[in-house]
Amino acid sequence: MTEQQSATDLLRDLAPRALGAIVRRYGHFADAEDAVQEALLAAATTWPADGTPDNPLAWLIRVAARKMTDHYRSDEARRRREELAASWSLVPAEPVPAHDDTLTLMLMCCHPALSPGAAIPLALRAVGGLTTREIAAAFLVPEATMAQRISRAKARLKGFGEPFTLPQGAGGERLRPVLHVLYLIFNEGYAASDGPDLARTDLSGEAVRLARGVHAALPKDAEVTGLLALMLLTDARRPARTGPGGDLVPLEAQDRARWDRQLITEGLTLLTGALRQGEPGEYQLLAAIAALHDQAASYAGTDWPRILALYNRLEAMTGNPMVALNRAVAMAMTQGPDAGLALLDGLAGQLGDHHRLHSVRAHLLEQAGDTGGAIAEFGAAATRTTNLRERDYLVTKAARLAAGPP
Amino acid sequence: MRYMLLQNYGPTESDCPPMSQWSPADIKAHIEFQQALNAELLDRGELVDAQGLAGPEQARFVVSDGTSAPVITDGPFPESKELLAGYRIVDVDSDERAVEIAARISAAPGLDGAPIRQPIEVRVVMSAPDPEV
Repeated sequence: MTEQQSATDLLRDLAPRALGAIVRRYGHFADAEDAVQEALLAAATTWPADGTPDNPLAWLIRVAARKMTDHYRSDEARRRREELAASWSLVPAEPVPAHDDTLTLMLMCCHPALSPGAAIPLALRAVGGLTTREIAAAFLVPEATMAQRISRAKARLKGFGEPFTLPQGAGGERLRPVLHVLYLIFNEGYAASDGPDLARTDLSGEAVRLARGVHAALPKDAEVTGLLALMLLTDARRPARTGPGGDLVPLEAQDRARWDRQLITEGLTLLTGALRQGEPGEYQLLAAIAALHDQAASYAGTDWPRILALYNRLEAMTGNPMVALNRAVAMAMTQGPDAGLALLDGLAGQLGDHHRLHSVRAHLLEQAGDTGGAIAEFGAAATRTTNLRERDYLVTKAARLAAGPP
Repeated sequence: MRYMLLQNYGPTESDCPPMSQWSPADIKAHIEFQQALNAELLDRGELVDAQGLAGPEQARFVVSDGTSAPVITDGPFPESKELLAGYRIVDVDSDERAVEIAARISAAPGLDGAPIRQPIEVRVVMSAPDPEV
């Protein structure tokens, strides 16, 4: 079992490097990705029987290169191409650092023309080395549907014919969609706590792994570091976030002894380094907020004034009304529930009937001692959420308040 | 976002008669439409599941108090028009796209190829919770 696991890990590490090598030689990202997929499949079937080759990366590149020439077989150029491929197969893998491939391939997969729904599975397969079946299982869709989604994404990329080079100034604008996609993958995994489904791929773990790769390629980019820190500081709370039945445990009720101290320490170290570099971006601010929660001994003992200040900056930067909702919570914790509620009133225009608005208002009304109002708002949030665990939590919360103190 | 698109045996906006009164060519066109739509949704990477259910004649209602023998009611049911006929589950990028697909289903060809205009119930499938920010 562990042997098979390490073989899987090996293939996942090698997948982007093999793909990077093939694309550098042939161009044609979409076809190269197909060829590497076939090579990975061949490796998964032959290595357990024949043993792992001495140079597994060279093996994968050789097999993928052969698949490439199969794809391009045509009467006239056939022999020449095959000879060329044969000569390539003797050349050892180019000494390109693994993280450079991770970054370059992530930039290709997260092309601005692709929606996140298309970029995410493509990145997980091309860069993360996951199989289509694993990705399909992670997103709970049939394998054939996921295969189509990936091939459509690749077909779109074909139209752009971008050369396989690192865009100038790899930081900045081109990097934004990469960070966004990584953050979405992480959240998908973090939110997917639906029961003891062990077959489901650990998407949060994949996002962390890919973020580590991008961070290794761009160690001086403070936002990349901030995103990795945010993931680690959030993931640290995962063991305490769900109860025995998979039910949602809100931050204030979590058993902080179950938080992962090692992840917190690593996240804090990364974040401290990033924040030293100057004006922090969005992910660094989010990581700083997560860090303050992680370092607090209790919910009440959290450094709410600093969290409020961070949400102020974040809201000014993003204008995101969801950030404003969290700011209202921090406001209530520092200046009392009425101050938070006053802030919520100003958000109704932007957020309309969103379930989070009702749920935050419910919590603040409860804090303010307005039980009747809180019950109504918990109920309103419960009917509007599309999240099963959240609905269970909200309905239970309303019922407890209605039942009165125990 | 996942949506379940449901259709039941209820009346249609076009007052389309039941399939048993259609010509074989109408039935063939209808089935081909459904198959083509499913193939298209699969091709777009949106199809999660599509199922037609056996007719109300085979439906039963089961009620139990957990201890005594369950009460099983066979058809025919006076309210059979409210029973589910079939559903699709799609995984799409937007609410608008779910509505667009529902509109296509509603306009499936019926008698003489005219759109049936069957009401399609569009429901959001519950998902995992948002992470706390």
